[in-house]
Amino acid sequence: MDFVRRIIALTIKEFIMIMKDPKSRFVIIGPPLFQFFVFGYAATYDLKNVRYTVFDESRTAESRQLLSRFEGSENFELTKTILSEKEIAFMIDREKARLVVHIGPEFSRDLHNGRPATLQVIVDGRNSNVALIALGYIGRIVEQYNQDLVKNGVVSMDGPGVVLVDRSWFNANLQSRWFIVSALGGLISMVVVMILTSLSVAREREFGTFDQLLVAPFNPGEILIGKSLPGMLFGITDALLFAAGAVYWFGVPFRGTVPTLVLALGCFIITIVGVGLLVSSLSMTMQQALLGSFVFMMPSVILSGFATPIENMPHWLQIGTLINPLRHIITALRDIFLEGASVSMIWHQLWPLVLMACFTLPLAGWMFRHRSQ
Amino acid sequence: MTPRTLFFMRMRGILRKEVLQILRDPSSIALAIVLPLVLLFIFGYGVTLDAENVPIAVVLDDNGPAAREVSARFDLSPYFKTIHLTSMAEATEWLNQRRVDGIVHLQADFSSSLYKRNQAPVQVIVNGIDANRARLIQGYARGVLQTWTELRQARGEPVAGPAVKISQRIWFNEAAVSRDFLVPGLITLIMTLIGILLTALVVAREWERGTMEAILVTPIRRVDLLLGKMLPYFILGMLGMRLSVWVGVTLFHVPFRGSITALFVLSALFMLASLGFGLLISAAVRVQFVAAQISIVAGFLPALFLSGLIFDLESTPRFIQIVSRVVPARYFVDISHTLFMAGDVWPVLLPNALALAVMAVLFISLAFRKITKRLEG
Repeated sequence: MDFVRRIIALTIKEFIMIMKDPKSRFVIIGPPLFQFFVFGYAATYDLKNVRYTVFDESRTAESRQLLSRFEGSENFELTKTILSEKEIAFMIDREKARLVVHIGPEFSRDLHNGRPATLQVIVDGRNSNVALIALGYIGRIVEQYNQDLVKNGVVSMDGPGVVLVDRSWFNANLQSRWFIVSALGGLISMVVVMILTSLSVAREREFGTFDQLLVAPFNPGEILIGKSLPGMLFGITDALLFAAGAVYWFGVPFRGTVPTLVLALGCFIITIVGVGLLVSSLSMTMQQALLGSFVFMMPSVILSGFATPIENMPHWLQIGTLINPLRHIITALRDIFLEGASVSMIWHQLWPLVLMACFTLPLAGWMFRHRSQ
Repeated sequence: MTPRTLFFMRMRGILRKEVLQILRDPSSIALAIVLPLVLLFIFGYGVTLDAENVPIAVVLDDNGPAAREVSARFDLSPYFKTIHLTSMAEATEWLNQRRVDGIVHLQADFSSSLYKRNQAPVQVIVNGIDANRARLIQGYARGVLQTWTELRQARGEPVAGPAVKISQRIWFNEAAVSRDFLVPGLITLIMTLIGILLTALVVAREWERGTMEAILVTPIRRVDLLLGKMLPYFILGMLGMRLSVWVGVTLFHVPFRGSITALFVLSALFMLASLGFGLLISAAVRVQFVAAQISIVAGFLPALFLSGLIFDLESTPRFIQIVSRVVPARYFVDISHTLFMAGDVWPVLLPNALALAVMAVLFISLAFRKITKRLEG
């Protein structure tokens, strides 16, 4: 009973610490939500309105037909029509357009004489990913155009050829927003919890109040629990809010169950609280705590599979990402949202998280006592 | 003593204090030197948007020579690691379990439609959860089929090629290596961390501990204080930048086609804008905890998401593009991509530089006013 009373007292103290300052009260609720919405819109690999320039030397019905398909696509936006080859470099170098579509003077003649006609595309490679995706869109437009040419009898199939029929499962329109937004909540709640917990002990150290806490009738375990609870509570609340936002605002399908989601997020937040408290117990000042949490957060965001696939990494690094809590929750979140995974299906993601928490939390508690000025 | 000597004396004093403070707490040096190196190595060796050895299942329901040749082309492609399965049911199971990312399926009538109807479908099914990767895989599959067509043409077989062919050129990055695009962006992120996060913390700390008042009763003027606070972190940030560029170019062979002078001038502008922003945060909130949260929320995360560093800005909705106009990193990402890959294209660099200069002046003067006002109020 006494134990429970002490824990409650400590937890109330921690909450007061966070909530008494209106600014700090605001920063743990307002900005994370704002970020979630802004980044939910910003983080996408789908291209819209790619600015392009047309250099049409053919100026025939055929070339215009092909070009009208670009105009009809919401992926592209015509900026200017140019009349000479020299202007190509001007447009691309100065970022006036991201790609130039060039149709040579022979285009229509080649088409009617059964020779392959060429559509030249020059892309700005400064953003290599945009370049590749845009070329993919163009490939599709031209493929469709070719098939229509055959269908309308403009050209004839004079030999055997293959066509690629592609389909994508689970996400038929290949919207990258679902993929990103379903995982975004995990990322942002990690940042909030990490900052909150990593500064909690360091702040008391810097102000010298931590020694008071240590001489008070609390054992390190109790201090640990008292310090963890606010972070866990805020983390879970934020993460669930983001999940709701993903479903109701961004229209991401939620195919799993709520208890699975809560369980997965709970495991993740406990792990992050453990890491945050460990960083905090190692730091003497708030600056060290904050930089320490950055040293943890930056690589974990980059190596989480959030923006770049883990499968693309070299094998040794893929193994290394297994100790990254964010990697596990991002996989789990995507599985729960998009594939309706049950607890047993995300078990592979859950046990590493629990294991990490079992390691970091006690270590942090031990460090409370054994590292003091 | 002339005013100038006095100024130098004051500056020497405050700089000495700041440098000592940095040296006493090695965490700021770690942020400027160690973190950039760690990130560069991760980016340079590990992180890429280009897929290689994508595991795909190949199901041949037709065993004719043409079908076997298509399957061999997939085997030979460096982009794919093929796994041959005998039935579609099995392949579906593998795709559901994520053991493969896609399925290439040649139906039983592949050869007969190829030679009788002159057209045969090659079915490619991908897991669309990661849309970007799915699109890349489809693109690679298209490329494989195209090489097969070209091969047959070269052998003199009658082949129906497409009526319109695309001849593509990717300027500045012919092979579309994503590392060349990611590393210049990373430098922006590193400088943002030093400029905003570190600076916001150090000044907020002085307020929180009450040492700011102690400094302000000395003969040091506000300008001296501001300069003294900025200079050491400016140097740290520029060192971090120089180090990142050097590692990127020598170790990861990222091209650098611009001039070093342009890089220094423009990154100095960016550093000033970031420092000004960091100082403004700390002067406005005066509490380390809040300063840290704000510098992450308003500094670091926008630099990651709203700068064009990974995600394309132009494809975002209009209001996001408007919000991104106040993110200094956005301008510097454009600058560093251009400097690294295209060279000194001043028509691109100048407007960005101008925006950064305006922001630097704005943030620094606001920070200056905030510090002064705080004292009077």
